Amino acid sequence: MARTLITVPSSARRGEIIEVRVLIQHPMETGYRRSSEGSILPRNLLRRYTARFVAADAGGAGELVFAADLHAAIAANPYLSFNYRATTTGKFVFAWEGDEGFSHREETVLRVV
Amino acid sequence: MTNYLLTLVLALVLALWSLHTSAQDPRRSSFDAMSPATQALQRDDSQNPAMLWVKEGEALWSRAPVSGTKSCADCHGGLSRMRGVATRYPAYDTSSSRVLNLGARINLCRTNHQGQPAWRTEDSARLSVEAAIALQSRGLPITPPAHPALKAAQQRGATLFASRIGQVDLSCADCHTTLAGKRLGGAKLPQAHPTGYPIYRLEWQSLGSLNRRLRSCLSAVRADASSFSDEEFVAIEAYLMQRANGMPLETPGVRP
Amino acid sequence: MKRRAFLLVSTLTIAAMHACRVSAAPSRAPLSPTLEKLVQQFAAGRPVTEGRVKFDIAPLVDNGNSVPIEVSVESPMTPADHVVAIAVFNEKNPQNDVAVFTLSPAMGRARVATRMRLAISQQLVAVAKMHDGQCFTHTVDVLVTLASCLED
Repeated sequence: MARTLITVPSSARRGEIIEVRVLIQHPMETGYRRSSEGSILPRNLLRRYTARFVAADAGGAGELVFAADLHAAIAANPYLSFNYRATTTGKFVFAWEGDEGFSHREETVLRVV
Repeated sequence: MTNYLLTLVLALVLALWSLHTSAQDPRRSSFDAMSPATQALQRDDSQNPAMLWVKEGEALWSRAPVSGTKSCADCHGGLSRMRGVATRYPAYDTSSSRVLNLGARINLCRTNHQGQPAWRTEDSARLSVEAAIALQSRGLPITPPAHPALKAAQQRGATLFASRIGQVDLSCADCHTTLAGKRLGGAKLPQAHPTGYPIYRLEWQSLGSLNRRLRSCLSAVRADASSFSDEEFVAIEAYLMQRANGMPLETPGVRP
Repeated sequence: MKRRAFLLVSTLTIAAMHACRVSAAPSRAPLSPTLEKLVQQFAAGRPVTEGRVKFDIAPLVDNGNSVPIEVSVESPMTPADHVVAIAVFNEKNPQNDVAVFTLSPAMGRARVATRMRLAISQQLVAVAKMHDGQCFTHTVDVLVTLASCLED
């Protein structure tokens, strides 16, 4: 299980633009580095991150807010920050996918007042 | 009213005194020499990658390693009860009659009270618990306890710190005392106060211990990592913490 | 005399050709050929203009392992007028791709921040693609100082 650190306010005023910050534990191994024994460390990258918002009264898969296709030039333990305009109460669904079958999902509720 | 005035005067005196001492104290955390971007990483917990390990440590603190054993919290209570602990390590441990750093002290609990095998120095779990404990002391001054055995270790550490070693034939003190603040290529030589351990080092791209940092320095002066015994490594740690006595703990630090 | 006239005429011709080329070129600072190709691929034939994009990165980087970057674009981010994607390319890492971000009007602001790796001093470009396919760029040059105290 990967560790994540998600910083999103739990509530916001309608129309307010909030900041979403996500940090996930992942080596982002480029495939160019060598181990201390001299062998090439196999490439192991996070490839895609998606942030969806599911409105409480709508359900379903929600709408895609933001996505990122990541490459080897992204630093280890990838950090992403972006914005969201609060319109209705619901939940964020964050998903990370990568090499070696890596897959991680987190949810966080946003209450709009 | 007199009480109020007295408090005000006292606060003023204290503020002036702390200003005075910080101006007088030539010791600097290497945080001060970092680029604004790297400083921002450490200042903001929501950006600091080391917080990923802290979160892991918090989970490990309250979870029994296997069912039927005790968790750290079962004996010690909440992590906040660990406030101040990290400022006192390395310390002399009476049960094992040895000077131990915080990581080794955690291992003692793990082997004696949880019946688990000891964690290796750089085990991510050990670093995580260490970081979670040390975070409770963030901002508190480093305060090595007074004990004859610890004092002996500090003195041994001081001797090692001043001894030339490796093919490059440099002592720790050559770079980190005599030449500290001067530039080596693009980087400023730090005074080497271990105020933020375990640290997230950008070069490592992960959390690491003071022991790992010392081994990096050995490699930089082209010395073998086995130049020092385990006791000697801890002795150097003990000396460095004594040298940083009174400086605030920054854990979890970020360093280039 | 003949030779001098020839020289004069040819010099003038070359100068005129130069003037034409300059006036025909897009109003953008020159990109490295590698980056120019990547930007053109991303733009897929749509016009590319410099401006509207702000690529924030420290001009002097003391550690290339983790360099904070932020890209923001002037855009109302409404369903009718918004940024659909931002790409970041680098010139001299082993691979030129850094990241491609997909944006939506739900974001309210066209801004994204992350941390990247920089192998050496080089040029970087951020390209924003608008809902109508038009692209805007901001190019930056970054100096990376390398560690002098090596571990391995």
